[in-house]
Amino acid sequence: MSDILDDHNDFGLQCPPPFHADQVQLDHGGGGQLSQQLLEQVIQPRFANAELARGHDSALLQFGDARVAFTTDSYVINPLIFPGGDIGKLAVYGTVNDLLMAGARPRYLSCSLIIEEGLPLETLTTILDSMAAAAKECEVAIVTGDTKVVDRGHGDGLYINTAGIGVREWPGTIAPQSIQPGDAIVLSAGVGRHGLAIMAQREGLQFDTPITSDCASLLPAVTTLLENGIDVHCMRDATRGGLASILVELAELSGLSMTLSATAIPVSEVVVGGCELLGLDPLYVANEGCFVAMVPEAQLQAALTLLRDQAVSRESVQIGRVDKKGEPKLTQGKGRVCLQTAIGSTRLLRRMTGRLLPRIC
Amino acid sequence: MKYLTEYRDRHATERLAEKIRTVVTQPWVLMEVCGGQTHSIVKNALEQLLPASVQLVHGPGCPVCVTAAEILDQAIALAQRPDVILCSFGDMLRVPGSQQSLQAVKATGADVRMLYSPMDALAIARANPQRKVVFLAVGFETTGPATALALAQARQWRLNNFFVLLSHFLVPPAISTIVEGLNNRVQGFLAPGHVCAVTGIEPYQQLVARYRVPMVITGFEPVDILQGILCCVAQLERGEARVENPYRRVANDQGNARAQSLVNDVFEVSDQHWRGIGSIANSGLRLSPSYQMFNAVALLDTALPAASPSECISGDILQGIKKPKQCPHFGHRCRPEHPLGAPMVSSEGACAAYFNYQ
Repeated sequence: MSDILDDHNDFGLQCPPPFHADQVQLDHGGGGQLSQQLLEQVIQPRFANAELARGHDSALLQFGDARVAFTTDSYVINPLIFPGGDIGKLAVYGTVNDLLMAGARPRYLSCSLIIEEGLPLETLTTILDSMAAAAKECEVAIVTGDTKVVDRGHGDGLYINTAGIGVREWPGTIAPQSIQPGDAIVLSAGVGRHGLAIMAQREGLQFDTPITSDCASLLPAVTTLLENGIDVHCMRDATRGGLASILVELAELSGLSMTLSATAIPVSEVVVGGCELLGLDPLYVANEGCFVAMVPEAQLQAALTLLRDQAVSRESVQIGRVDKKGEPKLTQGKGRVCLQTAIGSTRLLRRMTGRLLPRIC
Repeated sequence: MKYLTEYRDRHATERLAEKIRTVVTQPWVLMEVCGGQTHSIVKNALEQLLPASVQLVHGPGCPVCVTAAEILDQAIALAQRPDVILCSFGDMLRVPGSQQSLQAVKATGADVRMLYSPMDALAIARANPQRKVVFLAVGFETTGPATALALAQARQWRLNNFFVLLSHFLVPPAISTIVEGLNNRVQGFLAPGHVCAVTGIEPYQQLVARYRVPMVITGFEPVDILQGILCCVAQLERGEARVENPYRRVANDQGNARAQSLVNDVFEVSDQHWRGIGSIANSGLRLSPSYQMFNAVALLDTALPAASPSECISGDILQGIKKPKQCPHFGHRCRPEHPLGAPMVSSEGACAAYFNYQ
């Protein structure tokens, strides 16, 4: 390789550049680098505290002896009802999953509805019934809420915000900062289904095998690990920005590098085909029912056996490892993610920039 | 799907890399012309498999990168009019014009829509008869037929609120410019496989006859690209220069006659301005006289000022004179989230490929 390529890891990561926009643009909500900038440069400095700085899916709080987790998420999706789920189900599972990723048993949710004038009542009741069913499945109660109606044209039919409280019943702190060198990285399901299902539905794309969202509760998968004594160091669901973006974030937060094997990452044939057609990389496509867990190497087989017993995580597989000190060369000892490609070469993985966009030709 | 796994196979790539190492006895500089090829090379870190003596430089085949800032400025001016719906492909929304991007004017209220196909713009025009729908049509020989099809359909439907802002490019004249350039280092070309699937190989035979450089029609998967490199270096080592087509599964030697005739009906060949490179004779398409009523430029009341020079060195990048990391702004002031130039924006841009995959 030429000398130009040898110093290729040294650019641009020293300090965040100034915020480069006068207005918020759609890419600031895509879950990639621009979302990160909006958070780090505009939002977080104004609320700065130690808990927020942890950068976890939920805040880890303690009241006397009570260890709780607290989180919130807003759900904005078009279409409201999609193959494999709907906005209501998503609003319950998404918040429940964020609590689970902090090792907490989800207990209570809030539900705020922002409804656009003209939304058919039938659509609203379908979605609320779906929320109720999802809450029952996840063993959580929706105990408080709020309702607003906005003028036609000022909302996308329906926006939902849910906040959730869970109890951290199990010992230890499950967080990015707990990741250890040598940890095995386990992925619970094939990637790319949710984002592709939404894009296909929105654009009217037809596939021979219909793609459905993987939208699901991770409760059975997470509780089986924790109740059976797996010393889980960190978990994260691979939502916006996809598997690649969340692993890059975990590497940065933990300061540890990771190595993944591209051939180990499960991607169904229909997702590979759909992504190929649209020019997307499945590693950056959003998921709503899969997560990564960092577990000690010694407990890997036990963790995989437990996960594969549950329907939501039956495809669980090791996709890589947290590097030990001094390996590999490409990451230069920094919190980065290295991918071994299918043809045996290696490269770094980066966060997505903005939103996923299809290619031109 | 079979094609994907077969052409991403580790053993096949290793065998080809081994053959390349056996064949090569001296340094060679090859250019892959198409941005899709650049993307695949960097994403798969293919250079790790090549001997140090084979150097790949990246070519001009990124439609987003070569679209002139003036065209973007025109698109932005049109988008800011309340009676206009401006439509284009995803990446075009992010590219900086001389002042701002379409995405930025969208955030201030302009009606800018991202499309998958020019035919979608026709549907929007029919659904919004009181608005003017402008399609910013960019691309090479690969997207020309789709734009031509939309225009032919618009004429048949007698749509009077559909317009195109045309920025279509032709690859062979750009290759001539590169070969004739004073700084040219390129000794062999991996010609763009999808472009050849439309045009056939005849334009590349003319280039070989004129410049005596190997032209190998090359695809986009790792095996395709290594196959293209192997054919190219084998020719160079033997002192040959000819068109070779190992990508016949997609590109037959004659190309797509129907697509060619559609393009010839709707467009005429014209000089074209390439962003960062300058004007190249006969390297673009303009609307033929019978399609002039769809020309979006006629909607603009006044001529816009010429775009000021940018700090982006895209001209050197697109001609293979410099690699992205030789730019002082790469990764610092110029990043995908705040690009100084187009090659950092497009999924086919060399700078974005280096930034995202290395």
